[in-house]
Parts: sequence; C-alpha cells; structure tokens
Amino acid sequence: MSSRQILLSGLFLSLFAVVGTSFVAVTEHNTRAAIAENERRVLLRNLHALLSAEKLDNDIVTDTLLIPASELLGSESESVVYRARLRGEPVAAIFNSIAPDGYSGKIHLLVGVYVDGKIAGVRAVKHAETPGLGDALEIKKSNWVLDFNGKSLDNPTRGAWLVKRDGGVFDQFTGATISPRAVVQAVKNTLIYYQQNATTIF
Amino acid sequence: MASKQEISQNGLWTNNVALVQLLGLCPLLAVTSTVVNGIGLGIATLITLVLSNTLVSLIRGFVRNEVRLPVFVLIIASIVTIIELTMKAMFYDLYLVLGIFIPLIVTNCAIIGRAEGFASKNPVGIAALDGFMMGLGFLIVLSLLGGMREIIGFGTLFSHADLMFGEPAKVLTIVFNDEYRGFLLAALPPGAFFGLALLIVAKNIIGARKSEKVVPIENLPETA
Repeated sequence: MSSRQILLSGLFLSLFAVVGTSFVAVTEHNTRAAIAENERRVLLRNLHALLSAEKLDNDIVTDTLLIPASELLGSESESVVYRARLRGEPVAAIFNSIAPDGYSGKIHLLVGVYVDGKIAGVRAVKHAETPGLGDALEIKKSNWVLDFNGKSLDNPTRGAWLVKRDGGVFDQFTGATISPRAVVQAVKNTLIYYQQNATTIF
Repeated sequence: MASKQEISQNGLWTNNVALVQLLGLCPLLAVTSTVVNGIGLGIATLITLVLSNTLVSLIRGFVRNEVRLPVFVLIIASIVTIIELTMKAMFYDLYLVLGIFIPLIVTNCAIIGRAEGFASKNPVGIAALDGFMMGLGFLIVLSLLGGMREIIGFGTLFSHADLMFGEPAKVLTIVFNDEYRGFLLAALPPGAFFGLALLIVAKNIIGARKSEKVVPIENLPETA
C-alpha cells in the first residue's frame, strides 16, 4: 500500500471520528438538562422516602457535606451527607452508607438519622442480593427496612443490634441471614459514626 | 439480491439472531427477567440495527476497505451513545434498570455482523429492512423469554410497565396469584439458559414439522 493510500485511509477514519463525535456532542448538549433534572428527581424521591417533605424546608439535594472515607460508613472515598433543616434548625442527616459484607458484594444504603440519634429511615439503593431471598431488604419486596424506624443506639441496646439468629432484635429473612445481618451492622455503624461526628455534620 | 420476503423470513425465523445465530447472548440472558426489560432492550437493539444498517449502506460506496471495520464500529458506538443519552433524558427509570446493558449493545456481534455481512453489500432500503427484521426477531425472543421467566419466576406479567409507558400503564400488570411465592430458578441466570434452550427446542420442532410437509418422509436425511 502506498503512503498516499495510508494517508487517505487515515483521513477517512478521522473524518468519521469527527462526525460521530459531533453527533454525540450535540445529543449530550441537548439532553444534559433533562438528565440532570431526572437524576435530581430520583435522588429527591429517595431522600423524601426517608424524610417526608413537610419535615424540612431547605433544598436537601444541594445542602450537602462531603465527609472523608470512614470505616464505619463502609466508604472508601469521600461520601455525601444530605442535611435536612426546618426554619434553619437541623432536622436530620442522610448518609450514604455501604454494607461491605452482603451475600453478593456491597449493599448501598441511604440511612437517615434525626438530630437526636434516632433512625428516620433506611433504604437499600443498590445491591446484588439474591432475588427472592436477600432482596427482601428492598422496600418494593418487603417492609423489613421499616423495622429500623425510630431505633437508636439505646433502643435496642448496642448488644442487641443483631439479627434474631445472632441473639438480637431484628428479623432475618427466610433462607437469608447474611443480607440482613450486613444491613443491621451497617445501620448500627452509621449511628455510631453520627454519634462521634454529630457536631461537625450540621 | 434477497427479496423483501426472504429478508423478513431470515430475520424473524430462519436466521434469527437469538435462536439460530446465538448472538448477543450476554444482554439477552442478563435482562430478560421480566417482559418489560426484554422489550426495553429489544427496542434499543432494534433502533441501533436499523440506524447502523442504514448508515453503513449509505457509505458503502466510498468507505475505504482497509478502514471499513473501524468505521462501522465508530458508527455503531455513536448511535448507541446517542440512544443511551436519549433514554437517560426520556426514560430515566427504565435506564436505571437497563443502564449497564445499553453500552453493551455495541459489543452485540449481531450488529457488526449485519453491518459487515449484509448492509455493506446492499442498497439502503433493503439494508434498513434487514436491520428492522433482525432487530424484530431479537426483540420477539427477548420478550418471549422475559415473559416465560416473569410468569414462572414471579407469577406476574408486565410488571413495571410504567417504567416504559408511563403511569397509566400500571394497569397492564397482571398478577396471576397473590399467594405465589415465586420460583427462584427462573428469575436467576440459569433460568435464562433453560428458557432460551426451550425456545430453541420449540423453534426446531416447529421447523422440523414445516419441512416434513414439503419433503416426503422417505427423503428425509437420517437423524443422528
């Protein structure tokens, strides 16, 4: 093949790269606002599931704090805390916690904690637990996560933050103990983290 | 050149992407736990096939032979990225379910296969039709497999239809029996393999019946 042909082929390929990339860029530009709005809407929906809208009056999606990686939260890099306020007074903080020891890897949770250290709510946002067994930790599949509502480090006592099979107060699922055990531990650790860092969160 | 009827028959039946060519199995097996997921990925694949076949056919006259494969890959990758962004903007909830499989459409061999094997040698109209029929064949198999697995695995049909068709589509969901506890095997990946195998068996049985009608029984080749 002559160098002229190689050059032509190269130019031809570059032309297509430019055209293809331009189309992608135009689409990206036109959909950016809608995508950002969708992401915000879903995040807000998840946050409001833990904390109903009338309990706060600030823009919780933007009132955030970056906290450094913490073993208690299961995070390996900085994570975001969402802060709810009513008339300027702190109401609750919502943590992105990770249960590192699920049956199939990490279980990503949103854990809402009221200022007084009580649980506002827990939701699993991302996990790969077994469908039909471990996935009962999803609110769509069962009401199990609602058991956490109102609990704190004193209620039950720290030693009872375990599934029933391990002598604690939380139900396990039929046929699945590992997933609920991991979630109970992660929620407890989040409460401990909150207790240790309460002054710096708000 | 293949007639329109031949192309349709090829795509839907004789040379079906999923049942005969066995291409694109990764997304096929991974997403077909429900009908709605199957239809979602099926539609995205169909659109990709039609667009990629059309574009590849349009440029077939002047694309340089040495760089044709990279050019095809570029075209397919651009189309898939555009579809992904559009889906994120318009059907975000469905995107959350299918998200990771959309970029995988690029690696679906069926698409580059049709571009190289068919579209690069045929005029635009025919190439687009081929893309449509191949995509439709894939979509039908995805939906059937999704339906089978959803009925057996969860005892429902068209659950989460609202993700794709909006809030009114919630009424589409059929729950056969509230007491049904589900059959885990069907919902897990092995269920996808069993389901696909059953579909292939069914296709082969129907195919064998059809050919019996044409070929006199004594002329059939000996079966192993």
